[in-house]
Amino acid sequence: MQAFSYVPARTISEAAEILAREGDQAKCLSGGTDLIVFLREGRRSAKVVVDVKGIPELNQLSYSPKEGLTIGAAVPCHRIYNNAQIAAAYPGLIDAVTLIGGTAIQGRATLGGNVCTASPAGDSIPVLIAYEATCIVASRSVTKAIPLEKFFLGPGRTVLQPSELLVALKLPPPRPGTGAAYLRFIPRNEMDIAVTSAGVAVVLDESKTHFVGARIALGAVAPTPLFVPEAGAALAGRPVSDEAIEAAAQAARAAARPITDMRGSAEQRKHLSYVLTRRALWKAVERAKSA
Amino acid sequence: MSNKVLVTATINDEEMSFVCEPRQSLLEVLRDVLNLTGVKEGCNNGNCGACAVILNGVLVNSCLVLGVEINGATVTTIEGITPKEGLHPLQQKFLEDAALQCGICTPGFIVAAKALLDKNPNPTEHEVRYWLAGNLCRCTGYDKIVRAVLDAAEVMRAEKQPV
Ligand SMILES: Cc1cc2nc3c(=O)[nH]c(=O)nc-3n(C[C@H](O)[C@H](O)[C@H](O)COP(=O)(O)OP(=O)(O)OC[C@H]3O[C@@H](n4cnc5c(N)ncnc54)[C@H](O)[C@@H]3O)c2cc1C
Ligand code: FES
Ligand code: FES
Repeated sequence: MQAFSYVPARTISEAAEILAREGDQAKCLSGGTDLIVFLREGRRSAKVVVDVKGIPELNQLSYSPKEGLTIGAAVPCHRIYNNAQIAAAYPGLIDAVTLIGGTAIQGRATLGGNVCTASPAGDSIPVLIAYEATCIVASRSVTKAIPLEKFFLGPGRTVLQPSELLVALKLPPPRPGTGAAYLRFIPRNEMDIAVTSAGVAVVLDESKTHFVGARIALGAVAPTPLFVPEAGAALAGRPVSDEAIEAAAQAARAAARPITDMRGSAEQRKHLSYVLTRRALWKAVERAKSA
Repeated sequence: MSNKVLVTATINDEEMSFVCEPRQSLLEVLRDVLNLTGVKEGCNNGNCGACAVILNGVLVNSCLVLGVEINGATVTTIEGITPKEGLHPLQQKFLEDAALQCGICTPGFIVAAKALLDKNPNPTEHEVRYWLAGNLCRCTGYDKIVRAVLDAAEVMRAEKQPV
């Protein structure tokens, strides 16, 4: 691997100071399951690797029914799914964090890293968008909040400047009647990259017979994870029914603009957008009803 | 070019200090600096689990950790699981159940299985298969490996029973 120096940062300002000074020759290290591979393969270069795992704000994992969920950018997947309260409140997120890599990957991999790698197939992203996640971003001088669906520019590219780091993801408390789910299609059961995926969150009315609203996002069908507001809009105000869910799934298929590559053809991915959206919506409805 | 760093960690219950370059992975440090060659390199990119170790109680692939990241941490490798005398029940059952051929994947499987049984002493076959999904074996086939883990779990539960 190329040579670099290593700084275990203790505070946001210490990390931001190095990022401001070194620009794109400084790289944040969270779980390292992407970065170490990228550096080893020469797909990224770094003069300084800034380990952000020791920064308290990036390690925070807290949930309250009033404040919602804060996931520090350096919190590994296993801490999220081993937290019973979070697992109960955000089952759609648990679908995603339990299928990123295998056990040993989940011991290190973080949502901060997943989001900053900005793969169109990043497994945490569609359902985080469905849950209305916001990115908390800090530089030396400012802290700002960016809705996750506005974070991505293209494969591997985000709005994050070299001088900025991701501090945390914030999810609002689930509204009464919420259900969510994440589904991905891969040729085996574990350890593969999504051919296509769908993350959905629905809100049902008090009688649980009508949709109040829904948010739907797709993975691996566009240069970035794809938020499809029109698919969610197709459900608002309608009865929970095959017809309504069919309309939303059709809207997801229409919005998908995939490519053909070694993992699947564009046509297959279009079809999967439809099937996975439909199945994820029914799963989310079931969860909303049993919550 | 050498910017070596001093690292102190507890490895297999022993406090150790070593120097390494930031670019060296924990896998390289364990094998090449500390001579703990039980840990194996398969893919060197996180896909095979041959390099699995337990870091602060959590199963990780040592090829995806930097040596400098373990400063102050606790690491258990296959050497640390092996008792002073005899074999660990997992090792014993891998032998008895013929759960290995070339053996390159074996330390990783045993370390991963140990991490599972520490958390869940009575896993189902399904749980064992999912937990070990990140460990690849090119020669033995997975049925015998899963059988060995389930058999070892049974032995370990029996050993824990108060007499
Ligand atoms: C075997 C294997 C299987 C995998 N399986 C999956 C899978 O099923 N699904 C999936 O989505 N991914 C998968 N991945 C990819 C990877 O594990 C995930 O993307 C993971 O979430 C990355 O998180 P990390 O903490 O390891 O990131 P890192 O490797 O630490 O960082 C990733 C990138 O983000 C940057 N970064 C990290 N933290 C910050 C921060 N706070 N601020 C700014 N930039 C930051 C880094 O500089 C780097 O460019 C797999 C990887 C491997 C090796
Ligand atoms: S050598 Fe580390 S996972 Fe294969
Ligand atoms: S025994 Fe040879 S790889 Fe598993």
